[in-house]
Amino acid sequence: MEHLSQAIDLSSPGTIEAVTCPACGLLCDDLSVERHADGALKVVKNPCAKGVKFFQYIPKTTQARINGKPADLQAAIAKATEILGGAKHPLLSGLGTDIQGMRAVMNLAEKSGATIDHMNGKSSMRNLLVMQNSGWQITTLTEVKNRVDLLLVVGTDIVSYFSRFFERNIWNPESMFGQDTSSREVVYLGGRDLDTSHGVSPKGVKPTVLPCDVAQLPEVLGVLRAILLGKKVIATEVAGIQVADLAKLAERLQAAKYSVVAWTASALDFPHAELAIQNIVGIVDKLNATTRSSGLPLSGSEGDVGAYNTSSWISGYPFRMSYRNDYPDYEPHHYATDRLLAEGQVDAIVWISSFNPARLPPASKIANIVIGHPNLELETEPDIFIPVAVPGIETKGIQFRSDSSVALPLKQLRATDLPTLGDVLSAIEAGL
Amino acid sequence: MLIKLTGGTVYDPAHQIDGKVMDIYVRDGRIVERPRDGEPVSQEYDLRGKVVMAGAIDMHTHIGGGKVNIARTMLPEDHRIDPTVHTEFCRSGCGHAAPSTLTTGYRYAEMGYTAGFEPALLPVNARQSHLEMCDTPIIDKGGYAMIGSDDFFLRMLAAKQDQNAINDYVAWIMHASQAIGIKVVNPGGISAFKFNQRALDLDEQHAHYQISPREVLKALSRAVHELGVPHPLHVHGNNLGVPGNVETTLKTMGAVEGFPVHLTHIQFHSYGTEGDRKFSSGAAAIAEALNKHKNVSADVGQILFGQTVTASGDNMRQFANASHASPKKSVIMDIECDAGCGVVPFKYKDQNFVNALQWAIGLEIFLLTEDPWRIFLTTDHPNGAPFTSYPHLIKLLMDKSFRNDMFTKLNLDAQAMSTLNSIEREYSLYEIAIMTRAGAARLVGLHDRGHLGVGAGADITVYTDNPDREAMFAKPDYVFKDGELVVRNGEVVKVTWGSTHTVKPEFDRAGIEKDLKKYFDTYHTMNMEHFKVSADEISEGGHSRVIVQECKGRREKTA
Repeated sequence: MEHLSQAIDLSSPGTIEAVTCPACGLLCDDLSVERHADGALKVVKNPCAKGVKFFQYIPKTTQARINGKPADLQAAIAKATEILGGAKHPLLSGLGTDIQGMRAVMNLAEKSGATIDHMNGKSSMRNLLVMQNSGWQITTLTEVKNRVDLLLVVGTDIVSYFSRFFERNIWNPESMFGQDTSSREVVYLGGRDLDTSHGVSPKGVKPTVLPCDVAQLPEVLGVLRAILLGKKVIATEVAGIQVADLAKLAERLQAAKYSVVAWTASALDFPHAELAIQNIVGIVDKLNATTRSSGLPLSGSEGDVGAYNTSSWISGYPFRMSYRNDYPDYEPHHYATDRLLAEGQVDAIVWISSFNPARLPPASKIANIVIGHPNLELETEPDIFIPVAVPGIETKGIQFRSDSSVALPLKQLRATDLPTLGDVLSAIEAGL
Repeated sequence: MLIKLTGGTVYDPAHQIDGKVMDIYVRDGRIVERPRDGEPVSQEYDLRGKVVMAGAIDMHTHIGGGKVNIARTMLPEDHRIDPTVHTEFCRSGCGHAAPSTLTTGYRYAEMGYTAGFEPALLPVNARQSHLEMCDTPIIDKGGYAMIGSDDFFLRMLAAKQDQNAINDYVAWIMHASQAIGIKVVNPGGISAFKFNQRALDLDEQHAHYQISPREVLKALSRAVHELGVPHPLHVHGNNLGVPGNVETTLKTMGAVEGFPVHLTHIQFHSYGTEGDRKFSSGAAAIAEALNKHKNVSADVGQILFGQTVTASGDNMRQFANASHASPKKSVIMDIECDAGCGVVPFKYKDQNFVNALQWAIGLEIFLLTEDPWRIFLTTDHPNGAPFTSYPHLIKLLMDKSFRNDMFTKLNLDAQAMSTLNSIEREYSLYEIAIMTRAGAARLVGLHDRGHLGVGAGADITVYTDNPDREAMFAKPDYVFKDGELVVRNGEVVKVTWGSTHTVKPEFDRAGIEKDLKKYFDTYHTMNMEHFKVSADEISEGGHSRVIVQECKGRREKTA
């Protein structure tokens, strides 16, 4: 296909169109990227801060290291194989990679009897636990772009995580069904010091902002849900928000034709945040008794949505599953990276982080292998470091978007000597 | 390398062979003529007394794509009861209602199945469907692209665009999603639900586009036919599961105005409103209509008792059914102004009046429909039951006394509403071979599968003839996939990866892409080029390759 073979000559200068950006879960694929003769890349169309930073990276090294000393790739792979071969219970974590990388992770995990978890495991599980407990009614980005009339954002401004969300999906000039998109309404519920400027409509209409500490969102959402369910609420204020304001919000939600309730699980960083998400799901469920409403769990950064999908189809379970027995085993609380390390349950860790040089392995005293972005800003030197090609820059790939319904191709934009994660993991697997 | 399968009793309905003792020769994955003098036989299998059929083909099974993976992700409790350990040949995984891809492939092969077709491949989600199918070992795969509630098509219909333009769009979708068929689910209804319509009957208007499901069916069945796609339009009708929907189904058969059409999981669309509980069997009327309409085929979507999960593109009906979920949870999605999905776990109980009658209705349809070339054996995996229950279902069809024993254990009110135990028919091995092999291959358009003629792909299953048909079909002696022995005594002995079957109808790409490009750029959140799944993506990793089955090309053109 044309779109996959476009970048055949990867060394000469030129502009690549329709580039997919994996720097966040929106996976915008409308970027143009200029490639210079030295391989440097520059976003020249539809840049955002995250995208610009992602593409401007130039590898500082392509060389693997053993105990901090330069080593050739084969030696590093051999040493990694030795470590994994000798481990009783290895942990493959981080998992910042694309689908081809995840397939290799699953193969190696089974072969080595490893447990897997993602660097976003903690926030992803807040959503997955709700999905596994009650299910949910949710929607996808193109539906939002063309249908939403009331956007309720819970506990986040969205743009801190997903820069172009409003530009692409809320204030788009045209929509499929003739809606005047500039008349869309935005409400921020919860959070402090949010950047709500993106919620201002093109006509200058300001969003409704109902601030509170995110940790108090469970109470606030509980009251909003109670109002929608027709229960009597005696309190006049909750977490600093007037109950009358929540009653108004409830009315607006009921009057809306297609409301969307968006959240990002990583912003809901308090104990048992899944219960707050459960309340959002309950709110959406109640609204659908009479009108249409959908949840929008925004995620997908560092490949978390692709990772849990791949793990689910291959093993039956999302991450936080283990091959330490002869069959896949799922323990969403027990198989958390932090907990396994704190309890001394694992004796080797492979940390995979291919997209973001700032996502580092947790501190540990066990044998550790780091495979990932060549410019990882490592604070402590691991036993083995193997730099690999970044999907979407130095190797093609496939990534899942935030809404899980869309998987998009990532392009290779420049030539490289770096191996892919799949190359490295397959070689380790073959040696076991 | 020449393989000889000696002296088996062959059932090959594509060549009218009904239990004839024959030798079969296989070279390089294909069935070949008896070799000329001197060519040595590398390996011989003595199949005297054994039953030989082509590998079975499941023409409707939800094995890959968003909703299946949602079912997997949301049901850890379903997997915990059925862990599968790794063996010398197979990797571990999990089974039951929403098995892992690896376990899916192994278990199909272990039952003698060599192909399965995902019937609800959302074009916008096609890449994921193919990724999952590529990770499904041994069996061949393929998908039916699901349209009919997608905004682009409904716009074309509302604007009364020329049939040729619609044909171009349908062909473009098939190429883009690497599909072998076209499916429509609750025609127009998935879209209508997004506009807060809660039901859409065949002649009801969609609130926004002002078109009816009948118009959708007419345009799509005609498009598929005119493009020369072998598989007729695959229809999941309106009003799934609604008492009284038998009328909708009967009218749907007429709505296509003589164009070929396949009505899927017809059991779920064969309900009347008679009796005290206003729920009754419409099987007799459905079977009679199927017998009469030669342009119509159907698969049953039999339910069997136990825990399963329903996964469907029909978010309108799944939303309505979510209150019956067991365990009580459901995922309902609107997807990309293109489609939707609903995943609702379900437990069918033989003492539940409705479930018991659903069971009987399915079997009545099987037994009252005369032509086995137009009725197909499915449970709509996993919606009616997991595919692993096929051997049990075959026994129900082939063994009247077993069937009647089961019937007498049902909810008594349901028994009173069914004629099942008065039906004498027992399916023959030849008829089973039609439904699960020759007929299925012909229906899907697999020209070199489902039969044992010279030139066919050597997908061959060998059983020990056993009066207990469940035991017989659960554990074949041998299964060959493309000439390689992959299963012996019901266990995988070699893992291969199968192929992905597609069709590529001719069409005017430049014409339709001019409109589509503009449409994508204005309304969508992805580039049009990224909507297309390439053959390279499917072959990446060596797990599959695209096979293009013959498509006869346009049969006629409109003015």
